[in-house]
Amino acid sequence: MAVGKIFKFHNDLDTDQIIASQYLLLPTIEEMKAHTFESLDPDFSSKVRPGDYVVGGENFGCGSSREQAPGVLKALGVEAVVAKSFARIFYRNAINIGLPVIVCKDLPDQVETGDEMELSLSDGVARARGVKYSCTRLPEYMQKILNQGGLIASLNKEV
Amino acid sequence: MGQTVVEKILARNIGVQAVKPGDIVTVNVDRVMLDDIMIPFIVDKFHEMGFEKVWDPDKVVLIYDHLVPASQQDDTRHYRVGDEFVEECGLTHVHRSDGICHQLMTEAGYVKPGDIVFGTDSHTTTYGCVGAFSTGIGYTEMAAILGTGTLWVKVPETIRVVIDGKLPEGVMSKDIILRLIGDLGADGATYRALEFAGTTVEEMSVASRMTMANMAIEAGAKCAVFTPDEKTMEYCEQSRENYGGCGAQESLMSLEQVQKDLMGDPDAVYYQTITYQAEDFQPVMACPSQVDNICNVSQLEGITVDQVFIGSCTNGRLEDLQAAASVLEGKKVAPFVKLIVTPASRKVYEDALACGALQTLMRAGAIITHPGCGLCCGRTGGILSDGERVVATNNRNFLGRMGTSKVEIYLASPMTAAACAAAGKITAAKG
Repeated sequence: MAVGKIFKFHNDLDTDQIIASQYLLLPTIEEMKAHTFESLDPDFSSKVRPGDYVVGGENFGCGSSREQAPGVLKALGVEAVVAKSFARIFYRNAINIGLPVIVCKDLPDQVETGDEMELSLSDGVARARGVKYSCTRLPEYMQKILNQGGLIASLNKEV
Repeated sequence: MGQTVVEKILARNIGVQAVKPGDIVTVNVDRVMLDDIMIPFIVDKFHEMGFEKVWDPDKVVLIYDHLVPASQQDDTRHYRVGDEFVEECGLTHVHRSDGICHQLMTEAGYVKPGDIVFGTDSHTTTYGCVGAFSTGIGYTEMAAILGTGTLWVKVPETIRVVIDGKLPEGVMSKDIILRLIGDLGADGATYRALEFAGTTVEEMSVASRMTMANMAIEAGAKCAVFTPDEKTMEYCEQSRENYGGCGAQESLMSLEQVQKDLMGDPDAVYYQTITYQAEDFQPVMACPSQVDNICNVSQLEGITVDQVFIGSCTNGRLEDLQAAASVLEGKKVAPFVKLIVTPASRKVYEDALACGALQTLMRAGAIITHPGCGLCCGRTGGILSDGERVVATNNRNFLGRMGTSKVEIYLASPMTAAACAAAGKITAAKG
């Protein structure tokens, strides 16, 4: 199981909070990633380490269709986003770029920023504060895209 | 088993008798909309996927709206990348300064009943106003469509919203959709379709329906549809003549055909049915900083306002500007308030000028801007700073949307917004 630190956010977290509109004009995701979650935690991008987890509540990633939102999280090395539920465009975008998005109803309320978490995608199991949580596993169609590293890799494989 | 409107659109597209919620279907895309913010990323991904040509250039519409006219030097890079892609792929449907993408897709006749349309903007749900299935996607998926002409979709369950009766004076379709979002919550329709019906909806203009379909995403919905009727067909016929007839490639179905193929069955199965009586609605606002944080205007009366914005793909159409003008006729905007009016498109601008609505608004003290997204996307045209409060007719009041994260954004109808501009504080339009 991969171990990382948790960064926890609130319900209905919208994509404007993940990456604000004014930064969408920066030419690359690499340049944008320093502004991730800037309005909520200006130091997020310097604190997060590859392998860490973002934990959200209900309706994570609501709002705009900007794929840059999962994009900056992946670019910062976030291992997975675990939330009670996801907004649908964010969910699709995340799978398509190969960022695991995991639905777990019970874990978010029991953890805080800074806690350590372990996650096994293949088993659909997360562990934090000594408690084991079962997570919803992805539909097969999406698991396939994710396993292949996102939609581009998946399409290239089909061609 | 009967089918909902959305199930019928999807089944018809893939050539089967019926689909059911949960089915994953690969649809043939009728149109796509690419916007200026996303175009560099779409082009990158398109090339990364190894595509050399677009599956059908006639089905692709590229619209510059968020960044027009450029407010920062880097904005022009997006035009340059877009123009190179137009050249490379032989695209012909390009709008560089005609207005907001969602307004143009319907107003220039690019979308018709029964179509399946995807756009790189979440408010692509708007086209359900003419009975199309339309929704927002990311740039990677858009690149995949550009190469293949197809996309997978999970057939959504449908929530039916029935509204009967006559709306009170001073209440607009914006008040209905805000109330519904408040009742459903910001994720109350996630993964689902909204289907609107009832006598109130039948009486509504296509423009008013657009406002409601536009905001479906704010309840998380995949799409929102209105059953096409005579008004829809009239609107579509007329739209095909706008902007030089650019959108009129394929023939429109007849009303009879549309109603035969696209009307929901009486025994259709809905996830949920919600009913409202129109007389019960009153002017409402979405309070900071979530769209489902709905209050009656009467509860907010007296809160002071620094700026008012009337515009956007939600409420920047002719009837919206006329409604605002009717409230401000012979009045003046409060001296400390900046009223910014942004027509949704070039045609709206022209029509509002011709009917005198713009003159009324100008005389009241409004600043009239060029058509486009304007302040709604927070990049230009009236950015606010810490501690300021704005009443706006657009669709989102998220933190930092129109300036700093210490700006308070209240969403309202054009009539309410106009009344607030005159009063300098939150108040409803007097009937």
